[in-house]
Amino acid sequence: MAVSKFEVPELKGYTVIPLVRMDAAAGIKSFPANAPIQEAIGFPGELPENWQEIAIAKMGELLGKYRSLQVFMDACVHCGACTDKCHYYIGTADPKNMPVARQDLMRRVYRRYFTFAGKYFPQLVGAKDLTRDVLDEWYQYYYQCSECRRCSVYCPYGIDTAEITMAGREILDSVGLGQKYTNEILGKVHRIGNNLGLPGPALMDTLSGLEEDVEADTGVAVKFPIDVKGAEVLLITPSADFFSEPHVESLIGYAKVFHAAGISWTLSSMASEAGNFGMFIGSYDQLKKVALRIRQAALELGVKRIVVGECGHAWRVAYSFWNTLIGVGAGGQDEYARMLQKQLDSNYPQPAHICEVTYDLLQRGAIRVDKEANDHRIITFHDSCNVARGSGMGGIPGGQFIIPREIIKSVANHFYDMAPETIREGTYCCGGGGGLLTDDLMELRVKGAQPRMDALQAVVENHGVNFMATICAICKAQFTKVVPYYGFEMGMIGGVHQLVSSAIILDPNK
Amino acid sequence: MSSLTIFYAILFYLATVVLVGGVAFKIYVYSRTPSPLRIPTMPAPMTQSGMVARMAREVVLFQSLFKSNKWIWIFGWMFHFGLLLVLLRHLRYFTQPVWSWVVLIQPFGRYAAFAMLAGLLGLWARRFLVDRVRYISTPSDHLMLALLVAIGASGSAMSFLVHTDIISLKAFMLGLMTFDWQPLPADPLLLIHLALVALLMIIFPVSKLLHAPGVFFSPTRNQIDDSREARHVAPWAAQLDK
Repeated sequence: MAVSKFEVPELKGYTVIPLVRMDAAAGIKSFPANAPIQEAIGFPGELPENWQEIAIAKMGELLGKYRSLQVFMDACVHCGACTDKCHYYIGTADPKNMPVARQDLMRRVYRRYFTFAGKYFPQLVGAKDLTRDVLDEWYQYYYQCSECRRCSVYCPYGIDTAEITMAGREILDSVGLGQKYTNEILGKVHRIGNNLGLPGPALMDTLSGLEEDVEADTGVAVKFPIDVKGAEVLLITPSADFFSEPHVESLIGYAKVFHAAGISWTLSSMASEAGNFGMFIGSYDQLKKVALRIRQAALELGVKRIVVGECGHAWRVAYSFWNTLIGVGAGGQDEYARMLQKQLDSNYPQPAHICEVTYDLLQRGAIRVDKEANDHRIITFHDSCNVARGSGMGGIPGGQFIIPREIIKSVANHFYDMAPETIREGTYCCGGGGGLLTDDLMELRVKGAQPRMDALQAVVENHGVNFMATICAICKAQFTKVVPYYGFEMGMIGGVHQLVSSAIILDPNK
Repeated sequence: MSSLTIFYAILFYLATVVLVGGVAFKIYVYSRTPSPLRIPTMPAPMTQSGMVARMAREVVLFQSLFKSNKWIWIFGWMFHFGLLLVLLRHLRYFTQPVWSWVVLIQPFGRYAAFAMLAGLLGLWARRFLVDRVRYISTPSDHLMLALLVAIGASGSAMSFLVHTDIISLKAFMLGLMTFDWQPLPADPLLLIHLALVALLMIIFPVSKLLHAPGVFFSPTRNQIDDSREARHVAPWAAQLDK
């Protein structure tokens, strides 16, 4: 058990909704970004004198640009349906971590400056001036939301707190209050090409090392190609897959799948990152800029298909936003989008998730597996929030739940789901998504993981589960760090393609 | 023409203008505001008809609320469908001759008032009893419930306890609609009921009652899962391509 400076929640095997404890998470605050970090991605370096004016103007601008924000500010009736749905509320008991209360931090200000009732009867409707204290509270609690959208499943009007958190962060950035972790990473993507800041040569070195390891392990020369022009598939994967454990095990899995199926593929040193933290700060501009690197790489390498590795928010961006942002998909009208449409193979969904690719190959018998290779594992699957509630797979509603599970069941004999209210669209966030995967938020991350840990505890006790598979780089990083606090082994966390990697049969003659 | 009749006639014209104008304006704002990115809460329907069915399940059955919390769902549904029946029943005061289906639902509409009141009281109780809901409740949340309870109670009282001069009331209402004003009976209970209804109509477009038109514009519910097949570039976002 790791030593901690805060109280780690005790597991019960089921979720208990705590009573409200005022300001229970008031001491948790992530490090703000310094001026160079902010300025590198086009935000002010410090709070300007007329910040209030700027912030209100920004809010007005966003209300006019996003129907979601405009409708969500008006529609809430304070019914309370969402109050027990956020993992951070369950873990910390701080009432400001209830979705409605988090929204109300902004809704109060919206009412004060943009509605008749709030202008003339502020006390009646709980409207508030945008003071420095309110701004600081925004920073604190908008960086205690992982934008997992669980609340949006349960709201009778579909109010999605993530949209409000994103708007809040965008307003904060516009007055120079950014978060160090997220904004520093965005700078790295623009400067170097990936979130980890790995330069091309380091990447190539790592990949050749992986080739040696896999060959030593299997006797088969599985390649990890990079910047290969004319390859069929461009694989866009989170940079954690190159260096972190257990992420790299899944990268090996993707390579083995492509190898076994005889599909030529390549990584790109320019677009060596699937993650797009532009979404976390709600910046359309950043989202688009980060995504454009992928279009550029696809065009330069002349690939026929774009496939995305195991990364939750990246798959949401790819599935739901890429087509709109940069024309990867169908229906694009601008010059580059048309160029890309012409180049990409329309027989495949664009972009495709690696799970869609592997599932299809398994279905067609194009790759073969030895299920018994995973017999030492008793497996459960954690649905990652952005995959579950923000994307799809396989062209069928709910495909994002079915396909990863079907892959697991095809490559392993022992699979058990966690409690139904904690999986699929009701899945609990790992506790580290949405720009919160930083050590300065460790207390929040540990407490936010509690609902998932409770559900895991139940399948560990009832079925002896010893492996929790997931298809998200953030989930993997968060869980490996957090599960020891709850008495689990970090080795029980891994990827779906890690399981595929163990079971796939490679032909030594290929 | 008594000053009371004139006051109420003007009040109802004003309330109607505010309600219709205010809600129309909000609907205009919602429909004009773009949705630059697809954000349906997945899994989402992949066809237009699937989306309409999802929205219908939300609006008629309160599907998401049912998943969320059975108490709020029961009370909320009792209130809203009680209110719907009560409102439909009230059409008899605005039509001559009364439509036959409105005649048919009269008894249901009368007793639906109890479902409506029970639902409201249940929802109100939660604002005191559940600590999380107590925390988020503002004075306007309580006042809104008080207003609705008062409207329901005063209406039920006239229906079940102290009958008012319903013939004259109907003449007054039909008169308002044809701009041929007729005297309003000076029954205190009726005057309270009507004044509160007018107040509710006026408050509607500047309050959380906007959830009624809002739900139809909620992007997480009214969007289709088709992002890989179709682009959805908002006009302001298209500018960034240039």
